[in-house]
Amino acid sequence: MGKREIPIRVLVAKPGLDGHDRGAKVVVRALRDAGMEVIYTGLHQSVDQVVATAIQEDVDVIGLSILNGVHIPISKKIIMKLKEKGVEDRLITVGGVIPTKEDEEELKRIGVHGVFPTSTPFDVIVDFIESNVHPR
Amino acid sequence: MDKTEDIRKDKERWVKDCLSKKPVKEAKSVSGFDLDVVYTPADLNDFDYKRDLGFPGEYPYTRGVYGPMYRRNLWTMRQYAGFGTAEETNERFNYLLKVGNTGLSVAFDLATQMGYDSDDPMVEEEVGRVGVAVDTVKDMETIFAGMPLDKITTSFTINGCASIILAMYVVVAEKQGVPLEKVGGTLQNDILKEYMARGTWLYPPEPSLRMVTDVIEFCTKNLPRFNPISICGGHLRGAGANPVQEGAYSLSNAITYVERAVERGLDVDSFAPRLSFLLGNREEFFEEIAKMRAVRRLWARIMKERFGAKDPRSMMLRVFAVGGGGIDLTKEQPETNIVRAAIGTLGVILGGAQAVMTCPYDEAYAIPTEESERLALRTQQIIAHESGVAKVVDPLGGSYYIESLTNRIEEEMKKMMADVEKRGGMVKLIESGYVQGEILKGAYEEEKKLISGEKAKVGVNMFRVEEEERDFELHQLSPETFTNQLAKLKAVKEERDDEKVKASLDRLRSALKGTENTIPYVMDVVRAYGTLGEITAVMKDVFGKFREPSVV
Repeated sequence: MGKREIPIRVLVAKPGLDGHDRGAKVVVRALRDAGMEVIYTGLHQSVDQVVATAIQEDVDVIGLSILNGVHIPISKKIIMKLKEKGVEDRLITVGGVIPTKEDEEELKRIGVHGVFPTSTPFDVIVDFIESNVHPR
Repeated sequence: MDKTEDIRKDKERWVKDCLSKKPVKEAKSVSGFDLDVVYTPADLNDFDYKRDLGFPGEYPYTRGVYGPMYRRNLWTMRQYAGFGTAEETNERFNYLLKVGNTGLSVAFDLATQMGYDSDDPMVEEEVGRVGVAVDTVKDMETIFAGMPLDKITTSFTINGCASIILAMYVVVAEKQGVPLEKVGGTLQNDILKEYMARGTWLYPPEPSLRMVTDVIEFCTKNLPRFNPISICGGHLRGAGANPVQEGAYSLSNAITYVERAVERGLDVDSFAPRLSFLLGNREEFFEEIAKMRAVRRLWARIMKERFGAKDPRSMMLRVFAVGGGGIDLTKEQPETNIVRAAIGTLGVILGGAQAVMTCPYDEAYAIPTEESERLALRTQQIIAHESGVAKVVDPLGGSYYIESLTNRIEEEMKKMMADVEKRGGMVKLIESGYVQGEILKGAYEEEKKLISGEKAKVGVNMFRVEEEERDFELHQLSPETFTNQLAKLKAVKEERDDEKVKASLDRLRSALKGTENTIPYVMDVVRAYGTLGEITAVMKDVFGKFREPSVV
């Protein structure tokens, strides 16, 4: 990957009530170290808040961090909201506790582009974002 | 030349003979100390048995808080459980008691932990998912149906809503006709660590601390067998703290709580014997054991020297410990987690824990099933009844390595705690995000080491099995849980006297604005079948919002 002139902008979000933010914060640092501009929402974000921040910050990537088992319904709601707002062209990724392959497939079926279960190495996430974000 | 000096010289000679020609890899502890290849009496600087260790059950409690420890009473086996509705959780509790659990520990769903009722649109997906849903005292009554509250002790993992859950539990005791002085149990109620890890805070630290102090004061005056707080290091470890940070930050939090209670006018010996602690146990066996011993010794000294405690029980750090931290469980080859949890559990027992939870192996996937809970409990039972470790107190005491690590960890914790005070104390450092940043540094470093392989993780960065297919039963949220919970809540709301609820909430509002102890007011709302969400709405309104500092 050649160096981009304009850095990729990423929103790392913690939707819902899950307070486990170690993974989200660590990924923020890793993406920044890889040269991206990263905004972190902080905890306890509603679906509307996540989408509003994504639009306001005009990000290329929305990375959701979910460890409490609600990854499918929450991702669905966020994708619906993005469509409603006409910004479904962003790259959407989900990381955290994704227990089964079926869940991974279901996430992709509803429109999540990249799924990164716990212990995914940083370079896998970075490479995925760099190869899948195209100039808008 | 004295004996120690002689040994020191001889160790130098041995290192030269043994290692200089063919060096070995350097090794560091998790907290970052350089480790020698072997330890000797010369590594214990002016070791004084009576001053540094003493006897179990005696100051400074390095070897354990009770005299005969497990020879007299085994630790309490307290598996963490709760899911779905109160009925489902009651059933799981009965099962756990049947298979040999000796204490209960309630997991609440995130809606409850964050103060939302099950019918709040914000929490639809959360109801009953990671713990049991509690909206009103009716749910609490059902959880403990058929369990006399003077016969069991229960630990509640609840923080932001601790005052409300306490009020509900006390009202259930009233309904059961159990006198309050016979009610035993533990409320987590450690809000400071929620800002540092875990995240179940509802409003800013200052009003949160006021509620924590209200709980401590209320319990001290009304519930002599109840632990109003469990100061947690384990969650800090999960978030990225090393053992020294875990000990130093949790003891600094503990100091904050003690100071607030003393400022409230409580005599230190009236409440300090009821302070409880929760420590984690992660990767390195000996360092974790040394940490437990060091934390115990340092706390005894702090209570005696700094707070002038006279009652020995005020100086005893009683600990609920978790064997095998959640962060260490791997999704890869999950059966290996059984081994991790067993090693961790052995560690906390050798470290002298009073109550133990062992992580079920499937928790990297979901909350545990009945089978995995039972296996976790069996792990404790094997250690208790087969391994022989319960026969002799503090069997590692006197090990040159363990004592040297214990000394080093205590020293480093003291330095870190002095630094916390110099920077203005924990509340200030939480508000500014400083401690969260310090903990995050550790997490980021650890992840990088896991990726590079510098830190070993079997099944993850070594001995991997590619493309493994997992086929085992996982806990599933029942589709009826949500509708059942909503129906129950609706029924309570229809039956209750709304005027009475409103009046009790108004009285609570004025109490929150004033300086009186608010717990009796929370209890009044609970008795009138006011909901958890109605109570937190008033609290959030009076106390305002917390703006999380930017840490990343």
